[in-house]
Amino acid sequence: MRKMDKLSIMIVGVGGQGTLLASRILGVIAFKMNYDVKVSEVHGMSQRGGSVVTYVKYGPKIYSPLIEKGEADIILAFEKLEALRWTEYLKKDGMMIINEQEIDPLPVITGAAKYPSEIINTINRQYKNVFTLNALKIARECGNLKAVNIVLLGVMAAKTAIPKQIWDEAIRETVPAKVLNVNIEAFNAGYQAI
Amino acid sequence: MKRLMLGNEAAARGAYEAGATVAAAYPGTPSTEITENMAKYDGVYVEWSPNEKVALEVAIGGSLGGARSICSMKHVGLNVASDPLFTVSYTGVNGGLVLLVADDPGMHSSQNEQDSRHYARAAKVPMLEPSDSQECLDYVKQAFEISESFDCPVIVRLSTRISHSQSAVKTGERADYKLKDYNKDFTKYVMMPAMARKRHVEVEKRMLALQEYSETTDLNSIEWGSKKIGVITSGIAYQYAKEAFGDVSYLKIGMVYPLPDKLIAKFASEMETLYVVEELEPFFEDHIKKLGIKVTGKDLLPLMGELTAQLIKEKMLGVKQEVNEPLVDNVPVRPPVMCPGCPHRGMHYVLHKLKLTATGDIGCYTLGALPPTESIDTCICMGASIGTAHGMEKARGAEFAQKTVAVIGDSTFIHSGITSLIDVVYNKGNSTVLILDNSITAMTGFQPNPTTGYTIKGEVTRQVDLVKLAQAIGVERVRVANPFDIKEFEKIVKEETAAAEPSVIISKSPCALSKDVKFGGALKINQEKCKRCKQCLALGCPAIVNKGDFVETDEALCVGCMLCTIVCSFQAFEETGEKAGAKNG
Repeated sequence: MRKMDKLSIMIVGVGGQGTLLASRILGVIAFKMNYDVKVSEVHGMSQRGGSVVTYVKYGPKIYSPLIEKGEADIILAFEKLEALRWTEYLKKDGMMIINEQEIDPLPVITGAAKYPSEIINTINRQYKNVFTLNALKIARECGNLKAVNIVLLGVMAAKTAIPKQIWDEAIRETVPAKVLNVNIEAFNAGYQAI
Repeated sequence: MKRLMLGNEAAARGAYEAGATVAAAYPGTPSTEITENMAKYDGVYVEWSPNEKVALEVAIGGSLGGARSICSMKHVGLNVASDPLFTVSYTGVNGGLVLLVADDPGMHSSQNEQDSRHYARAAKVPMLEPSDSQECLDYVKQAFEISESFDCPVIVRLSTRISHSQSAVKTGERADYKLKDYNKDFTKYVMMPAMARKRHVEVEKRMLALQEYSETTDLNSIEWGSKKIGVITSGIAYQYAKEAFGDVSYLKIGMVYPLPDKLIAKFASEMETLYVVEELEPFFEDHIKKLGIKVTGKDLLPLMGELTAQLIKEKMLGVKQEVNEPLVDNVPVRPPVMCPGCPHRGMHYVLHKLKLTATGDIGCYTLGALPPTESIDTCICMGASIGTAHGMEKARGAEFAQKTVAVIGDSTFIHSGITSLIDVVYNKGNSTVLILDNSITAMTGFQPNPTTGYTIKGEVTRQVDLVKLAQAIGVERVRVANPFDIKEFEKIVKEETAAAEPSVIISKSPCALSKDVKFGGALKINQEKCKRCKQCLALGCPAIVNKGDFVETDEALCVGCMLCTIVCSFQAFEETGEKAGAKNG
């Protein structure tokens, strides 16, 4: 397992998929572990179905809130094409957790571009530490399609050495009370998925 | 207590702790959350104003009335508020007055990337710039002190990465700030020429005093390291520079105007090489060069976009980060798109079909400029659509007006469209104005506005009646249309553009993201009925997926707005009975 005293995590996806909440939960986790932490969010127009990326960095001292090419320890990709778009940001030995969901961007819908095929195989060719799952299916089974974000956090929890107790606390503090149960269930389902 | 806070949230906290009791703003990314967070505090009057000029005027009133007051806006909002700014610089304040202005380098959510620091110099007001959330809180508090000590408004400049990054913040108690007495004083508050001339003298005196303050304040500080390289920097650029240069010396500027000339000269004199690291304009660099100091900045760093640590390393130190080869070329871009169920979609479809020239405005509907509808021709600034349509008509004639519409949202219309509509009527134009009325400021995240019916605090209030307003202005042809009824909508647009007089069409439907909107649930395409004509793709709906040989719906995205069922000639779209995905939770 990867050392956990300094991590750069990117959360990439499509506006509306819940990347913001996921990054906030990760920020709370780092804060609870008493690290210096910065969470860089995306608000405004790009949220409307566009490509979105948020950054969570923690360690003894964090200056820039941004993660640049080749710097990410972990990328949580909420959508396959977005996984492909941001792979250059992953460290050579970095870990990527990919939701297999496909959401066509507008150029694909209009026929100006094609949705790339074989994305997972392409990524696997260069990176060794790649986990894929159908998080949308798992979220649906838990009773809420919007819980994809928490399913993916569950996977990350299973693959990192951060105590499960801290994850649990952070989710309880961050997720709205009325959807807490379904999200706890989604987290556990993600935790056991791979 | 320490906790994670967005820069915007921390800035609001700073104003709260400083004892501010009046806050006014118009929403604009990346500044919106400042005012939303102010609204969470008791004991503070907070409002969404119709625009930034009004907001600043309210804050000025608050200040003259003796209260500590803040006014928040995005960078382009300061253009709107600049008229009162330049003169409140002359009158000075009573209670402290702080403007929070958020720039957007890289234009994540803006129409230009102007550098607000120029406003500080132009209006002769001091400006501070924090570099993380803690400083957002601390600097706003200090800004109030400066405002009252030097009798002037103070601008605190934020930027996207400061406003929208979370970092740890230590909060404190709210100061027990006593409302100051209001004393009538026309020599100070009535800026007629005779008084303004005297006040300008005071402004110049104040700038000299502020210059001295800048030399000694701990807002500007030196971090000594290796003296081979010295870096002068501020705000988010400081964070990038720290990561790029490591253990060198830094002059961190917290007060970006006026700059501490002597401190800069002292710092420079001890360095072998001096760099300035700043985003956008060479604001520091030009000033430092004017002092006769040799410095390197924008000959290496770009004038455009955001800086990053790697960029600084590469351009200034010649160190290039080893990166992975791209796995594939040409990953399709993913621009933002109107949501499934968006009421603008049907409107854009009609504009495209009728091949109209559409002058646009600021809002989600600007996205209609992109394929497939490409139905928006222009986007300049808040409220520009109507004046632009009117000007095009005057240039090209009344016949052109019959193929032209101005497209503007309700919040933007209230912000600065009303005066342009008056212009059309007064100056005998024929423009057709489409007001997209979802009765909310949607793009910035659902802020109520004067058409909504409640305030930022959730209190019920009067709603502007857009029909009566247009009629009162003198528009005789005012229609209300449902953008989901495409056929009727098209008919109305045709009739109103054909009319040889001004007309207003109010396209009325709530935002698809509104919690009150309930659609029937996801649709699917009956592949036996579908003739692959792909007419539905002309809607540009992200829930209708082109698979090449066939078309299907994405049931996780589709909300069931039924627009496609009207566009489809073969009744291929059918209900699935599944609850709408995008609306869950």
